[in-house]
Amino acid sequence: MSFADIAAEASRRWPQRAGSDVAEPARSLGQVTDPGDGAGDPPSTEGGPGEETFALTAGSVPWIRVGTALCGKAAGADAVIDAIKDVLARNTITSALISEVGCFGLCFAEPLVDIQLPNGPRVFYGNVTPETAEQIIVGHVANAAPVVDLALGTQGGSVPGIPDISQHPMKRNETRIALRNAGTIDPGDIYQYIASGGYHALNRALTEMTPQEMLEQVNASGLRGRGGAAFPAGTKWNFLAGSPAPMKYILCNCEEGDPGAFNDKGILESDPNTVVEGVTLAGYACAARRGYIFIRHGHNGPIDRARQAIDQAYDLGLLGDNILGSEFSFDLEVALTGDSYVSGEETALMEAIEGKRSMPRYRPPFPAQVGVFGQPSNINNVKTLAYVPEIVARGGEWFAGIGHERSTGTAIICLSGALNYTGMVEVPMGLSLREVLYDVGGGVKGGKELKLVQTGGPLGGVLGADSLDLVLDFEVFRDAGAILGSGGIIAADEDTCIVDLTRALIAFCQYESCGKCFPCRMGMSHLLEVLERMCRLEGEPGDMELMRTIGLNMQAGSLCGHGQLGFNPVSSAIKYFGPEFEAHINEHRCPTGACSRQTFSPRLTRR
Amino acid sequence: MDSFRERITTAVNNQPQPTVTVLSSLLAVEDAIGYIPQEAVAVVANRTGASINDVWAVASFYPNFRFTPPCDHRLEICWGPSCHLSGAMPVIAAAQDALNMDGEGDTPDGRLSLRYNTCLGACAQAPVIAVDHHLMGRQTPDSVRTVISEALP
Repeated sequence: MSFADIAAEASRRWPQRAGSDVAEPARSLGQVTDPGDGAGDPPSTEGGPGEETFALTAGSVPWIRVGTALCGKAAGADAVIDAIKDVLARNTITSALISEVGCFGLCFAEPLVDIQLPNGPRVFYGNVTPETAEQIIVGHVANAAPVVDLALGTQGGSVPGIPDISQHPMKRNETRIALRNAGTIDPGDIYQYIASGGYHALNRALTEMTPQEMLEQVNASGLRGRGGAAFPAGTKWNFLAGSPAPMKYILCNCEEGDPGAFNDKGILESDPNTVVEGVTLAGYACAARRGYIFIRHGHNGPIDRARQAIDQAYDLGLLGDNILGSEFSFDLEVALTGDSYVSGEETALMEAIEGKRSMPRYRPPFPAQVGVFGQPSNINNVKTLAYVPEIVARGGEWFAGIGHERSTGTAIICLSGALNYTGMVEVPMGLSLREVLYDVGGGVKGGKELKLVQTGGPLGGVLGADSLDLVLDFEVFRDAGAILGSGGIIAADEDTCIVDLTRALIAFCQYESCGKCFPCRMGMSHLLEVLERMCRLEGEPGDMELMRTIGLNMQAGSLCGHGQLGFNPVSSAIKYFGPEFEAHINEHRCPTGACSRQTFSPRLTRR
Repeated sequence: MDSFRERITTAVNNQPQPTVTVLSSLLAVEDAIGYIPQEAVAVVANRTGASINDVWAVASFYPNFRFTPPCDHRLEICWGPSCHLSGAMPVIAAAQDALNMDGEGDTPDGRLSLRYNTCLGACAQAPVIAVDHHLMGRQTPDSVRTVISEALP
């Protein structure tokens, strides 16, 4: 089947509604850079200069979309779906389509349900319960009257009394590239992805671009790794592309252990086809033959979605031998790991794919020389690869035009902790932390004062509330001694005890040390012992100095970032809140009172 | 006994993905029967060409593997920083109190296993727990007590 046939089938199954008032502008991020790129583009591009807009519809039936990603499930989406099916049956409505979609980003409002009548706008309902689901279905689907009192917002048209969802604080600042389809299309249907412009980039690359030309686009985009290290993706790909080895691998890292970050799993679960297309494009650019999407076992939502997307891509000839009739062949599968945070480190990840204990390897040789199964490999984070289809479709210059200085593009941020609006947002780099927390996140819950934020995972350390003018930018964060990392931002209010939080962070690091390097394995245990003592208000003079000594040894004597950065949580906490540590040690007093309560530090030592 | 061994062999031999390793085989066994019995180690070693020692090395590294039959129910409570800041500690304390436990582990009657988890992946819904792998967010000491009394009527 040619790609034109596949695209035509997708448009037939998922008719689009074009015009200025449609739901989601699928490519609303500025102008089309190359108006002559013709055949492969979505139907709505023809003739329209400027904003091209179109929206998927369910044809002539009402479309009910329920967010069922991890947050939706945790909030009770399954019970809501059962209730919706039940109400539809009792009202003998047989023609509505129910889709389980991914994460729209408004996790605080989960379970999130939205209803789109044929030719009507999309109306979102937040915090739906089985009881309100009945009201919503009877009102909106059975009687075609949106339930104004329960609605959160509309998209693609207005309903009197309901605000436009794009004006919601969490949506106002968004620029969605990697998340463009999240929460909107059914991740289990590859045709919806294609009807939304998916796989057009792969088709374009295979028919119009050499691997070298594609690499140039990625270089021009300035795309940098979103897994934490922020290394330029194009440079990394160049290393692999330059290797003459016959078997090369592309590894997509979705082993996201950072508490507070759920965007990798969120993307894989909400729009797995984007990730599959991104990995395949990376394979084309680097002349790789095989790929793995690597994720922790047990996260069944993302795992099942990824497997579905891969199977469907094989069925349509978008993976496998001679993709779309070209010379390029690429195989992709999902590889699972057990519980291990360090599995996300690139060399430990390769050990886990080979089925071993996930412990880091010595470098050099680097993965681009000797990677998984001894062959040259390239490892990118899910988010990095999820940008690639849009970069290829729109050109590197377009991506480089978004963002802040050398940090091009967007940041995919997960907000959690003491905020009014928690969830997953994609905002341009360059937004300040203040805007992220107070505009996007709606400020601190209960009107309390912000005490600190914790970014970049447990190893990223903390930032005091006086750091709010920092802007989202890899260099700005690095210079402030923090890590933007994979995008998790946890906010803590004034009631938080810094010593207790540091203890919890070090307890995590201790639990997750793989045990290969003894300075990390023993250092973490020792740090935890000292911090527990402080939390029991039994700190001893010299404890601060002791922690510093342990930290320096960990930095010097560890193979991977876990040990090298493992002292960050402590050193950054002391930097901003030194007097609180002193109060615990010298006055045996916890200024917030939190340390008088019982605490738990689960402990595991891997050997 | 034979059918037990057969379930292990079937799990190891019928993995859906092309790349079969020691770790993928152990995960397949755990998914199928809920733990890694002694006899599975030999089956995995056989299938992958690894030594018995190598298989134990992998099995003992990842804390998700257990080596005794699972309890009827599994309650996981997240204590990652997001959950910690949102009140995971009182939730853990309430669960331990209800189960009469001081740490992780199985109830003596084998009906429920309490496990800590470092991140269940739904941080925006913190504090999060999982009952038999089903995620539940925004937990309180009261809600976790209810969850336990429903699981152990």
